[in-house]
Amino acid sequence: MSLLVFVGVNVVGDPVDMLINPEADQAEIDRVIRHFGLDKPIHMQYWHFLTNALQGDLGKSFIFGMPALQLILMRMPATLELAFSALILAIVIGIPLGVYAGLKPEAKVSRTIMASSILGFSLPTFWVGLMMIMVFAVMLGWLPSTGRGETVMVGGMELSFLTLDGLSHLLMPALNLSLFKMSLVIRLARAGTREVVHQDYMKFARAKGLSESRLIMVHLLKNIMIPVVTVLGLELGGLIAFSVVTETVFAWPGMGKLIIDSIHLLDRPVVVAYLMIIVLMFVVINLVVDVLYSILDPRVRLQDVQS
Amino acid sequence: MPESTLDVRHLRTHFFTRDGVAKAVEDISFSLGSGEVLGLVGESGSGKTVTGFSILGLVDAPGKVVGGEILFKGRDLLKLSEEEMRKVRGNQLAMVFQDPMMTLNPVLRIDTQMIEAIQAHQNLGKVAARELARDALGKVGIASPDERLRAYPHQFSGGMRQRVAIAIALLNKPDLIIADEPTTALDVTIQGQILHEVQRLCRETGTSLIWITHDLAVVAGLAERICVMYAGRIVEAGSVDEVLDRPLHPYSKGLIESVPSHNQRGMRLNQIPGMTPSLLSLPEGCAFRTRCPKADEACAGMPSVQKAEGGRHVFCHHPHREAA
Amino acid sequence: MSSIRYSTRGFASRTFKAEMSMKNPLLQDGATEGLTAAESPFQRFVANYFESRVATVAFFVLVVILILGFFAPLISPTDPYDLAQVDVLDSRLVPGSESYTGMTYWLGTDGAGRDLLSAILYGLRTSLSVGVLSGLIALCIGGAVGLIAAYFGGKVETLIMRVVDIQLGFPAILVALVLVALLGKGVDKIIIALVVVQWAYYARTVRGSALVERRKEYIEAATCLALSHRRIVFRHLLPNCLPPLIVVGTLQTAHAISLEATLSFLGIGLPITEPSLGLLIANGFEYMLSQKYWISFFPGIALLITIISINLVGDQLRDVLNPRLQK
Repeated sequence: MSLLVFVGVNVVGDPVDMLINPEADQAEIDRVIRHFGLDKPIHMQYWHFLTNALQGDLGKSFIFGMPALQLILMRMPATLELAFSALILAIVIGIPLGVYAGLKPEAKVSRTIMASSILGFSLPTFWVGLMMIMVFAVMLGWLPSTGRGETVMVGGMELSFLTLDGLSHLLMPALNLSLFKMSLVIRLARAGTREVVHQDYMKFARAKGLSESRLIMVHLLKNIMIPVVTVLGLELGGLIAFSVVTETVFAWPGMGKLIIDSIHLLDRPVVVAYLMIIVLMFVVINLVVDVLYSILDPRVRLQDVQS
Repeated sequence: MPESTLDVRHLRTHFFTRDGVAKAVEDISFSLGSGEVLGLVGESGSGKTVTGFSILGLVDAPGKVVGGEILFKGRDLLKLSEEEMRKVRGNQLAMVFQDPMMTLNPVLRIDTQMIEAIQAHQNLGKVAARELARDALGKVGIASPDERLRAYPHQFSGGMRQRVAIAIALLNKPDLIIADEPTTALDVTIQGQILHEVQRLCRETGTSLIWITHDLAVVAGLAERICVMYAGRIVEAGSVDEVLDRPLHPYSKGLIESVPSHNQRGMRLNQIPGMTPSLLSLPEGCAFRTRCPKADEACAGMPSVQKAEGGRHVFCHHPHREAA
Repeated sequence: MSSIRYSTRGFASRTFKAEMSMKNPLLQDGATEGLTAAESPFQRFVANYFESRVATVAFFVLVVILILGFFAPLISPTDPYDLAQVDVLDSRLVPGSESYTGMTYWLGTDGAGRDLLSAILYGLRTSLSVGVLSGLIALCIGGAVGLIAAYFGGKVETLIMRVVDIQLGFPAILVALVLVALLGKGVDKIIIALVVVQWAYYARTVRGSALVERRKEYIEAATCLALSHRRIVFRHLLPNCLPPLIVVGTLQTAHAISLEATLSFLGIGLPITEPSLGLLIANGFEYMLSQKYWISFFPGIALLITIISINLVGDQLRDVLNPRLQK
């Protein structure tokens, strides 16, 4: 994977062109080339990059003059906060809507829900973000349009959602980022509900005299959570990637905005470091989802001792 | 009040499909005394299962009970509110389903599924409910019930799951259990065990039982009275011995004669010609007339229920005479 | 079906193919029973398609959009990139205002005084051409790769599908971001990026349906006749994999247009000299905070209608081309 990124970043483009500050003079260019070992053959470069990367050294940002890795880690909490808030919104709003649409597929409300979920798939995120700013920030003046607002330090991370001001800043970007996933959750929950309600075990549970609420909250929900969690877990990576767009629209100071700025400013080490971290995150997310999946679905759990 | 536990009168359940109205259950009446075992016999699609679901109030859309009364211990179940009905279901009135592989929720542990059934009707703590659940599992012949409570359905075999389902049905000591072909999906040996178990438990607790099946052999050994259903109607009702030995309705006769064990070795097996008609396009008059050996012009008109000796009923223009 | 048209050699091959086409569920669709046998499969396809009112509307909207985009230079009231026709004094005018020459700006003007309606038509043209062109190139590359994987199997297939899986594991936006960051700006660059993002979807689709087709008898018959690999793949296998490819192609094009707009909005897409709808929206962003909503709003609506109509057409195509695959 690291090879892929390295080759991608260093071979497809011209490293010297982008690695060096455009205003640098010839001496600086030579120094940087030597510093990054760009005069050496390509496999040596990769080796150099790899050994450095393993030691946590992904190079220094030209713009900020600090290690790229540190820079990204500093911005990461903001992005994670945004991504997780979006994920939670997608679940909290998407599942009830999807379940409702699944339970009453013919109802007008359900049709409206499904139509909006199609819209959610089609609407470009950034434009929806703009429209949200226009309506809620500019016209109605209810919510602030940019930044994170007041933050609180928790365990070395700045978090917005703990203050009222921060929460009001978080709401729009999180909602914007979650729209696409929400549509996905609605569809998954609806499809799952439609399948599960017709199963014999639902009817048997009703024959036991259980209340509707227990039927839906326990019997139905636990079954449809399996596909939803699996898919959503895998989509968390997508959320982090897509936060690039949302962060730009709402000027949210996360690593997505950082990478866009870095691309604009040709701050290459940051771009490389960002990609390495994203790849790493994807691997970790996949692992976590696998574990979660086995917790949720007893059928895939390793056989217990007794059997 | 009559002492009957269940009294179904002129029940009608229709399914309103896109292609028309399917009269899955059309004007059926029967009653069941306390501790009595009734066999409800018929081929697939004859309306047996829908009858069971109608009694429990579990008919799913597009189906709907459109008429009749279901008197359960004197109360008309059709007039109860959803919440009142919920309190009856699983409490005084329980059901066991056909396919044990499908009736237990795959993602919930057995104890969860049993305890919730108890707590839905009795004000018991988790610990006490668990005790009850364990005892119930023991009663249906499941070894080491304590361990089994913590298991998931997929860790059980089909027969074991059906035992669990029966244990769940018995949890709240119901007055009536409706068993919808509970042994059809099981191996023959397991079938026998379950049958025996249910019979014993019902006798012990004085529970009435409606046993829905297409298997005459099962009913013969289990039920006291039977109702034969065809195309949504009860075509014949009476005591098991009399109906099986001297069927009055041509359909019952055909059904009995098509059981292999009934015939002599080497004899040609009798069969009922033709297929079950679609409920959407039943022939006018008697629904069986297109397949009936005795059908004539009179059968184009709707037959009426005729009483015969021994409290028997038959729904036919030309019932077999006892002498014949 | 097309398979008959494409069978050019060999009696056995022809018979088998005729059989295959007879089994085609499309031809036995109950809805088409009333049609006479003389009608071509294409006519039946058209009849099926227009059964849905939503899809019919979407189709005509899409046709209108394509015409507007294609003939933008002829239709639009002004040439927004001809400096002689643009007056900075007219910048940021409200929709419906008049210019000093007496022309009405129906949708207002943007920050540089360009007529927004004209800018949208030109932007539409750019967005559509980038989307369609990248879709077509990706379809060719992905389709060929998928066919090769399915036809030859073995290590070739494993390798190709491995690459496809890895790529599809990453969100499209991320892949596009990296490529654009590497390649820089420009129409050609962004098309390359979009092609790289999309080819894997086509490869997976084609491989999937080609694997199914490959097991059918007409391919065996063609192999028995010792036809060349190339002939079997392109003349026999490919035509039968077309329906899913067309569907994926339609939906992917919508995706590509949306992605391009996103990249342009982020400022790493098309250059300012060739503004697509995304860039128009981005340009309007700064004015939006001062309540000049139209500069972003109208290009967005144009983008939205385009994407939704393509998606609806794609959905209907999927339903019509593959009756088994219900929504």
